Amino acid sequence: MEILVCVKQVPETKNVEVDENGNLIRDGVDSIMNPYDMYALETALRLKAEHGGTVTAITMGPPQAKEVIREAYMMGADKGFILSDIKFAGADVLATSYTLSKGLEVIGLKNGYDLIICGMESTDGDTAQVGPAIAETLKIPHVAYVSSIKGSTEEKIMVEKDMGETIEVVEFSYPGLITVTKHVNQPRLPSYRLKLETADREIETLTFADLLDDDKNNFGLKGSPTQVEEVFPPDDNIEQVIWDGSGEELSDKLFNELKELKLV
Amino acid sequence: MSNYSIDYVNCSLCKVCIEACPFDAIDIVDGKIEMNSACKACGICVKSCPEGLIQPVEDKRKTVDKSLYSDVLVFAEQLEGKIHPVTYELMGKGRELADKINQELHVILLGHDLTDQTEEILAHGADKVYVYNQEPLHHFDVEAYARAFEDCVERTKPTIILIGATSIGRSLAPRISTRFKTGLTADCTILDVRENTDLVQTRPAFGGNIMARILTTRTRPQMATVRYKVMEPADRIENPTGEVINFSVDEKELETRSNFVSITKKPEVESIEEADKIIAVGRGVREEKDLEMIKELADLIGAKIGTTRPLIEKGWTEHQQQIGLSGRSVRPELLITLGVSGSVQFVAGMKSSEHIFAVNTDPEASIFNVAHYGMVGDLYEIVPKLIEKIKNGEQVFEKTAAAV
Repeated sequence: MEILVCVKQVPETKNVEVDENGNLIRDGVDSIMNPYDMYALETALRLKAEHGGTVTAITMGPPQAKEVIREAYMMGADKGFILSDIKFAGADVLATSYTLSKGLEVIGLKNGYDLIICGMESTDGDTAQVGPAIAETLKIPHVAYVSSIKGSTEEKIMVEKDMGETIEVVEFSYPGLITVTKHVNQPRLPSYRLKLETADREIETLTFADLLDDDKNNFGLKGSPTQVEEVFPPDDNIEQVIWDGSGEELSDKLFNELKELKLV
Repeated sequence: MSNYSIDYVNCSLCKVCIEACPFDAIDIVDGKIEMNSACKACGICVKSCPEGLIQPVEDKRKTVDKSLYSDVLVFAEQLEGKIHPVTYELMGKGRELADKINQELHVILLGHDLTDQTEEILAHGADKVYVYNQEPLHHFDVEAYARAFEDCVERTKPTIILIGATSIGRSLAPRISTRFKTGLTADCTILDVRENTDLVQTRPAFGGNIMARILTTRTRPQMATVRYKVMEPADRIENPTGEVINFSVDEKELETRSNFVSITKKPEVESIEEADKIIAVGRGVREEKDLEMIKELADLIGAKIGTTRPLIEKGWTEHQQQIGLSGRSVRPELLITLGVSGSVQFVAGMKSSEHIFAVNTDPEASIFNVAHYGMVGDLYEIVPKLIEKIKNGEQVFEKTAAAV
């Protein structure tokens, strides 16, 4: 079974601070694999254990994002690719998913693929849109928010999807794409043994020139229908009171105010 | 080829832009400022340059004829025939946007065995409801839904499409936007429209404490998703005048490689989205067992417990309880946060709450920027005393009641 897993490097913390000019302060923030992608990778590794085949990790980003493929190797991925080119910079959902799709297409040309697995979203973007958009670009079925793999064969897979209030079970034949939630499994820890074993393993870089589309207007900022007009600090102008004091005083004020507002 | 042009002749290599860039996307290469592939085209460098030497590269792409597209189309999400309430919230915002550009509010409803759902939609002020009442649309099969939606867009050419950021909406919206090669902005917290019909989409961005204003200036339709409980629902109107229009797609075109197997209702979980009162707990809670004290307070005042991501990652609380951009949005009458620092992600999911009380030991915590009542103090001191006071208050009340 040929499984492709999309992974992304994200800042370790979500609580990125902002200075007085509204600029992000990034010093001291480490980069890690998007936590949801570890569940995607684990899903792939378990399917491989059952059916054999290859697990290939792919990412897109600046050259240093290769590190996330190293992490994938430490978990057990067999092969890794990074899509990296200045022409890809500034991509929104459409251009990002298009670029990833073109990369997946190039990788798939060699051995084909059965299943593409993504984390349900990234912790730095929170949009959950790239997975389904890749499926649309590649014209394959997708199931988002997969919370359990109910069964799989060489031809098809049955999954449970989390719809909020309900759980639905659906199946589809390959090739297809799923995005997984944190309920799908418990990812294994990166292994030190694999770290040593894969230290020299190649990570192939795919640039614009390697993709089967030579129209640069489909990539990066040029290929992005949305554009950021401005970034600005959030508007915090609300009427506020701040109370200081001992626990006794504060609980008193809180209780009285809640009573005043008829909330207790 | 970078997204910005730089006036190298006058550039003094002061490095202000390098410091300002949140993504480490600017380097000095061969004595020149150069953007690398980490650039997200956020424009922060443009503003940062003291000499104004960084400019966006002129955009030479074609723009569609915007006059060919009109009206706001809202996706009416239904599950087993029940309309998701986010639909009426999208209609509230959709009505406001449509009025501003003198256009209509339309709604698309996909499903099977649909009966009187359209009445409720019309009663909330839709000018037109487009209904696809077809067997293959009975369950949410994203490809079949996308095909019917595509058909509706081709027939009606809306300028704006609003979809709920629910499991269904987040799965469906990217398929449509990608099909039409147009823009999709997720989880907008503010929506406005300009005279030229450009939708002004504001959302927290780049995983930081920052808002981005995003436009789709060249393509149509413009698509945005909005979370449940972020916008005000549309008012019911007295005499609905909207009309229902039935469309259908050749059922062969709705066939997909996916098969529905079963649907089950999840076991009843505490739905924080519907709660009138919520107590939100964060990292200020030191041990899992301390949640019992919080639970006691919650039960006393009839509140549900919400939580931040770190507590879920520790396994202390359930996913359904998470408030924030990657959890649920809530808008209760009362929200008390205990030991929550107030990351932009969390705040995005709760800032429209009516009365926000925040307890945190750190006076600098950003939760105090959104709280109406900020208490700089220790939840371990405040909560037990508050519990005591509420209990005493109740006793007083019961005694009085008994005396009468």
